[in-house]
Amino acid sequence: MAEITLVEAVNQALAREMSDNKNVLVLGEDVGIDGGVFRATAGLLDKFGDERVLDTPLSETLIGGVSIGMAAQGLIPVAEIQFMGFACSTIDQILNHAARIRNRTRGRLTCPMVLRAPFGGGIRAPEHHSESTEALFAHIPGLRVVIPSSPERAYGLLLASIRNPDPVVFLEPKRIYRLVKQEVPDNGEALPLDVCFIIRPGNDVTIVTWGAMTHDSLVAADKLAEQGISAEVIDVATLKPLDIETISVSVEKTGRCVIVHEAPLSGGWGAEISARLAEHNLFNLLAPIKRVTGYDTVMPLFRLEDQYMPSTDRIVGAVNEVLKFE
Amino acid sequence: MRKSPPERSGTVARFEVNFTRYLDANGKVVSTPLPRWANDPEVLLPLYRTMVQTRTFDTTALNLQRTGRLGTYASSLGQEAIGTAIASSMWTEDVLVPSYREFSAQLWRGVTMTELFLLWGGDERGSDYQGPREDFPVSIPVGSHACHATGVAYAFKMRRQKRVAVCCLGDGATSKGDFYESLNAAGAWHLPVIFVVSNNQWAISVPVEKQTAAQTLAQKAIAAGVTNEQVDGNDVIALRTVAERAIDEARFGEGPRLIEALTYRLSDHTTADDASRYRDESEVELQRANDPINRLKTYLIKSRMWSDQDDQKLNQECKQKVEEAVKQYLATPKQPSQAMFDYLYEELPVSLQHQLDAALISEDHG
Repeated sequence: MAEITLVEAVNQALAREMSDNKNVLVLGEDVGIDGGVFRATAGLLDKFGDERVLDTPLSETLIGGVSIGMAAQGLIPVAEIQFMGFACSTIDQILNHAARIRNRTRGRLTCPMVLRAPFGGGIRAPEHHSESTEALFAHIPGLRVVIPSSPERAYGLLLASIRNPDPVVFLEPKRIYRLVKQEVPDNGEALPLDVCFIIRPGNDVTIVTWGAMTHDSLVAADKLAEQGISAEVIDVATLKPLDIETISVSVEKTGRCVIVHEAPLSGGWGAEISARLAEHNLFNLLAPIKRVTGYDTVMPLFRLEDQYMPSTDRIVGAVNEVLKFE
Repeated sequence: MRKSPPERSGTVARFEVNFTRYLDANGKVVSTPLPRWANDPEVLLPLYRTMVQTRTFDTTALNLQRTGRLGTYASSLGQEAIGTAIASSMWTEDVLVPSYREFSAQLWRGVTMTELFLLWGGDERGSDYQGPREDFPVSIPVGSHACHATGVAYAFKMRRQKRVAVCCLGDGATSKGDFYESLNAAGAWHLPVIFVVSNNQWAISVPVEKQTAAQTLAQKAIAAGVTNEQVDGNDVIALRTVAERAIDEARFGEGPRLIEALTYRLSDHTTADDASRYRDESEVELQRANDPINRLKTYLIKSRMWSDQDDQKLNQECKQKVEEAVKQYLATPKQPSQAMFDYLYEELPVSLQHQLDAALISEDHG
């Protein structure tokens, strides 16, 4: 079996689900003949036609909004926002409508849609192309926020998101779209939502992260292993609703926790995880919880990106700090 | 093929906006021929009844609000003809995507007064319509539902269903991006969707001339390549003529339409508003003469389809129905705390169980 990248796994999941369910359609800017600017929808137009692979006008508000109308009618729209920075105008639609229409109508109308967007820095793109605003979405009741971090999880989690009867914001870490390849059988098997994945077991410290930062965290864990430190790495995967249980059990074991994300520190999703751990794990924490994140600054243009984003050195440094506490 | 520019200077396109009115403010016929059904009491009387029922509902709702038995309420006083005409031109299987001042359309389509009272009385069950199951709940954010109607229409078209989505908006909504984006996409995709703009000339305190420099709101469709027309929004015969044609054409593949219905908001914006802060009572007084209900009533009496006695009887019936609905509404116990969690997701995520437990404990402790 050929190995595929994360973005190819997204494509494979879309094709799979569109083949299996005629109600699934994809829409967005340049998703048709162009196959999406990252090629996530490449080849779908030929296979499924232009009614189910819908090039929209350049209208982000509309992309979120029409998806709600389609979903209420029983279609399953998988909408693509070209870059997360451009999702802002459709947050109104997601927050005020997609996430609440089930509640507002007591289940009479529902919104089984997926809003996909590539997020995060690291690809030398212009301004507004590199943000990590996952916490904005994770704050919204009624929504799911899912972030894959490997080809295997991109495939399994996207299938699960499309099959989920509620709206899902599916954020794809574009820096690692083509970083690693894995064998991902196209067997239609979804992975579970609402659970964290322990992607590297360890005993001395828990590193909690998601998206592209899982890779930096794994590299950091390798470096730490050279120092004789055993780090457990957790990929949160579904940020909302949050599986605090898995994280809490891990921290109970290790007594130490470092949370890593690209987004700014204040009000980032790490803050929520940290608060929950303070509630659940106060008496088995051996050290303060440490967060390694972007700064509370505007995401810089790419010449300063490496200085902004958490590096493996910063992660290793944070782990060494929490290990200083006896 | 990409288009090349024309060879010479000159006008390259012309557009027009047509206005339709059959009855003037006094119920006098000002345009002929009237549609055939304008002499048919079986068509006209149900329209009249819904308009009167809506007004009776409205008056009662205001009273309930003033006596603390309803929340903030947005009256539809003076605008009853529009929704009535629109809904009466729709098929049952069409989908209405309303804003919050479309009671007449909703009542026609089978939303109950009890449900309307429940919603404005602060209860989500008011949007769980037992009648039109696929109709959208009212959109409180102005204009954002135009996108939903567009999506509904896309689903109809994709499934080759002969159904139409009808979106009701106000004049304020036509300043919003969602509205333009929806019109534009509906045009590009040639969708069976009708946008009905009730131009009641006030968006809370901002008059329409401050919303836009456009001569009409109907013309906003032109830039999107969408057919437009303007109609007297207080003339139910003109409204139904225009709506029926637009909806039928959309149903059979003629694409979307924007209808601007000219009317006037006789009430405050909502019960939380005091319109005397920004508009003259003399303006409102003048507009009362355009009342859509009186206009139709005069026409019906002149045409010997109706009498003052019939009218008294109808008013009694409408009051009775509203009173029944009020009783049902007031007798409906509020939902338990659990209800906040019941419809958040199809299945409550494990992580929310603790919060639900906490809510139930605090409910037990009063």
